Amino acid sequence: MPRRVAIGIRGIGHRVIDSTWRLGYASRFFLLILLKSGTSLRRFSLVIRELYFTGVLSLIIISVSGLFVGMVLGLQGYETLQRFGAESAVGTMVALSLVRELGPVVAALLFASRAGSAITAEIGLMKATEQLAAMEMMAVDPIARVVAPRFWAGVISMPFLAAMFSVVGVFGGYLVAVVLIGVDDGSFWSQMQNAVDFRYDIVNGIIKTCVFGVAVTAVAVFEGYDASPTAEGVSGATTRTVVTSSLVILGLDFALTSFMFRGMS
Amino acid sequence: MCHTLMGCAGGTFGLKLKSRQPDISSLRRMASETLVEVNDLNFSYGERPLLRGINMTMHRGKVIAIMGGSGSGKTTLLRLIGGAIVPTSGHVKVAGEVVHKLNRDDLFQLRRKMSMLFQFGALFTDLSVFDNVAFQIREHTDLPESMVRDLVLMKLQAVGLRGAHDLMPAQLSGGMARRVALARSIALDPLLIMYDEPFTGLDPISLTVIGNLVRRLTDALGMTSIVVTHDVQESLKIVDYVYFISDGVIAAHGTPDEVRESVAPFVHQFVHGEEDGPVTFHYPAKAYASDLKLETGLA
Repeated sequence: MPRRVAIGIRGIGHRVIDSTWRLGYASRFFLLILLKSGTSLRRFSLVIRELYFTGVLSLIIISVSGLFVGMVLGLQGYETLQRFGAESAVGTMVALSLVRELGPVVAALLFASRAGSAITAEIGLMKATEQLAAMEMMAVDPIARVVAPRFWAGVISMPFLAAMFSVVGVFGGYLVAVVLIGVDDGSFWSQMQNAVDFRYDIVNGIIKTCVFGVAVTAVAVFEGYDASPTAEGVSGATTRTVVTSSLVILGLDFALTSFMFRGMS
Repeated sequence: MCHTLMGCAGGTFGLKLKSRQPDISSLRRMASETLVEVNDLNFSYGERPLLRGINMTMHRGKVIAIMGGSGSGKTTLLRLIGGAIVPTSGHVKVAGEVVHKLNRDDLFQLRRKMSMLFQFGALFTDLSVFDNVAFQIREHTDLPESMVRDLVLMKLQAVGLRGAHDLMPAQLSGGMARRVALARSIALDPLLIMYDEPFTGLDPISLTVIGNLVRRLTDALGMTSIVVTHDVQESLKIVDYVYFISDGVIAAHGTPDEVRESVAPFVHQFVHGEEDGPVTFHYPAKAYASDLKLETGLA
């Protein structure tokens, strides 16, 4: 029995050491990306190319999801608010929900699933097929040439995607509440305009999306670069990207929300 | 018009050779110049020693083959020469520089003079054939795009694939991908090219084409080629010197003629592909009978 306990404790110790080591490695990797971003900034065409793959190609899933989320918010909001005779406030509810929470969070979750997993798989496969090693042998730093442009493309595209999600979501809420249900058009927009504060709602939402963009893309590029160079390794890394990013997004969202919206009316 | 691959390669390099054409004395000097020196090299993965006491000297303008069974440490040796990993003890000198003592910037400077052809080409799958070959030129030089284009087409002409410059790597056969990778590796006219199993998985025609290209390009550019391979017959046709590695040490070395005539058991087994010899069929294990839990041995 004491031997089993000792083995158990040793196992826990190994896991803690491994996790700490990996966290340190990831932090160092993140610092290296920042230090080696000069190439991306000097040759911005590298980032623009990646913006197309991470940003533009994510537009469809972001827009369609935003539309449906906004429509559901319109339906649910109307259903709840009409009980108190406040159905004209449905625009406010839809807009605040989207700009403060659902826009940044759901867009980031979708971004992690679509673009984050693609980045991980691409870098992981480049490693598995020795493309990164070939680049190293050509005296070209893969972190500067492959990782940093993808990282910055992710960071730049995330706020725009979240903004698109919110805009399309508000339009979805309008379609359901105003066009389908018949809520007054003027009060839908005017109440929304009065209630949504640029500094406390929109800017805070943008800050959230920037933080999520950094977190998701950092996780994605790290998992790809750190993947075992096998089919199994790449598939495992892709899964870890989606799982870790999602948890990080939700954890960060709670932390950021608790700082940003303390007692604001 | 060039009808053969060699004619095309020669045609392409004729332009370059005009300015590089060395006289006989400089050819002799070049041949005696040591480009790669491996001194008492040891390398271990954790506790497991992979290479022990390796010594090699490689001269400019030569094609050197490193042969040995799978897992004998051949590719590791290439990675040590390229500075991708650090030896446990001993050192590798390339062009007079101790590779593992260089800092990253100096190592990258040295790597501009060397190149490596990976087993399956390692072409960048998101770039076309043209962009793959242009990659290094664009990264390391400020040449105008018109000159980059000319250089790339010359390199592709040398490997017979100028007409394929618009294709993507996914559209190439294994042999074509290897030739594009070869064009990419000579893009900046390196002093040293390392080939990691360049003949693996090729049909006989592609195999001969790649083998002849290695020899021709080495001669035309005056560089050194290190070929890690299992393909004894093809490589003996093109190389100047052969090292055999077995169990992490140099088991034998010599010219192709010496290798063919060798009676050393390992070399003989390897060259003739014999099943029995110093390299055993079975991976080390405890007695078969005891593994099957038979007290009186095999029934």
